[in-house]
Amino acid sequence: MDHITFLVAVVIVTALAFDFTNGFHDTANAMATSIATGALKPKTAVLISGVLNLVGAFLSTEVAKTISGGIVNDAKVSPAMIFAGLVGAILWNLVTWLVGLPSSSSHALFGGLIGAVWVGAGSGAVNFDKVVEKIIIPAFASPVVAGVAALIATYAAYKLTTRGRADSVTKGFRLGQIGSASLVSLAHGTNDAQKTMGIITLTLISVGALPDGAGPPVWVILCAGLAIALGTYIGGWRIIRTMGKGLTEIQSPQGFAAETASTAVILTSAHMGFALSTTQVASGSILGAGLGRKLAEVRWGVAGRMVAAWLITLPCAALVGGISAAAVKHGGNFGTIVVALVGAALAAGIVLLSRRNPIHADNVNDHHEVAIRTTPPSHVDTAA
Amino acid sequence: MTIDWTALGQVTAVSIGVTVAVVVVFAFGVLGLARYEGAKEQGSTSTVGAAQAGLCFLACVAVVAYGIYLIVPQFH
Repeated sequence: MDHITFLVAVVIVTALAFDFTNGFHDTANAMATSIATGALKPKTAVLISGVLNLVGAFLSTEVAKTISGGIVNDAKVSPAMIFAGLVGAILWNLVTWLVGLPSSSSHALFGGLIGAVWVGAGSGAVNFDKVVEKIIIPAFASPVVAGVAALIATYAAYKLTTRGRADSVTKGFRLGQIGSASLVSLAHGTNDAQKTMGIITLTLISVGALPDGAGPPVWVILCAGLAIALGTYIGGWRIIRTMGKGLTEIQSPQGFAAETASTAVILTSAHMGFALSTTQVASGSILGAGLGRKLAEVRWGVAGRMVAAWLITLPCAALVGGISAAAVKHGGNFGTIVVALVGAALAAGIVLLSRRNPIHADNVNDHHEVAIRTTPPSHVDTAA
Repeated sequence: MTIDWTALGQVTAVSIGVTVAVVVVFAFGVLGLARYEGAKEQGSTSTVGAAQAGLCFLACVAVVAYGIYLIVPQFH
């Protein structure tokens, strides 16, 4: 393993750290609605989701052949730029987690890479038409499609089951939610864990530690799978609260409709070769499910903040990635250490800030707001 | 840059169609379950309710199985 330089080791550790934040940022996509309706106990939900993410990581053999799917020119990407891009993605994921906003981990990753490559290799190495085709268009289309699907399905579900006994209906849909949420988790594991595997594998290939075109070694699969599963299990409770309670008060038929819509959109798009953000699909589904139930309240303020976060995710991660790349480019190994230390310090600071008003498995359903300062809890109805 | 409108349209149509179909079938299953449980409470049984629930949930399980087939590349 004499190929593994200091920089490569740093890239691998950073990639796994990103994978961890990806997992805990995205727990909410699959499990927020099941937790909010009581279909699954919070701890059980994150355990199931974590295990399915790990299983998904091992199932996906088609590891990404390119780091970015053609968004940046892979030939011009150095391990230093990958490191800088990952730092941008991790910090943005942590900031959005702190304020409880579901934003796309993929967009954060692509944004960080774009910024880092732009600074490191010039704007010519970024394929801007690919950015529009692979990121911007799916970003607008997928939440709308998922939302419309969930809206119609929710409306139909309520229309059909008004005749049924309320407790049987709630129980039935809760059971259904367990299945649909598990499917979202599995799909997430097969998609997202392989991004990190791809990055580590391609970095190892670029320094000659692996032959050209090699698949990921078992230790890479295991590490990436464990990182995303652990992140999922720790659970981004702040984001779970926003998605399960903040956007709208979810009942079990809505939760089932939303999760079914998410699964359908994710699987159909993957089948057709569209890359999309699980987070945006799941958020669109939840909004649609909120609108589909008559008189259900959709908190447009929260939805607006979430959409604003979607719009600035890529540029913000790109900015951090670009700054980090500049430091690494001009500072060499010393610059890398400085970026790593500053990044770790900022991450620790964000985690400390979150402690002021911690959100965890036991209080996730108590309220619908994610505040950074502690406010006296004014309970909303917890049973949905 | 090309936008593949056909593929986008297909994704839209299939996603909405599948979602609504699954949720409607599941809702009928839930109705069957409600009927069965309602009858049970009154001391009788509803075979129609049980059969309706069983058939509908079975159909949903089949869709889930197809979903797992799509997710796992080893099956292709």
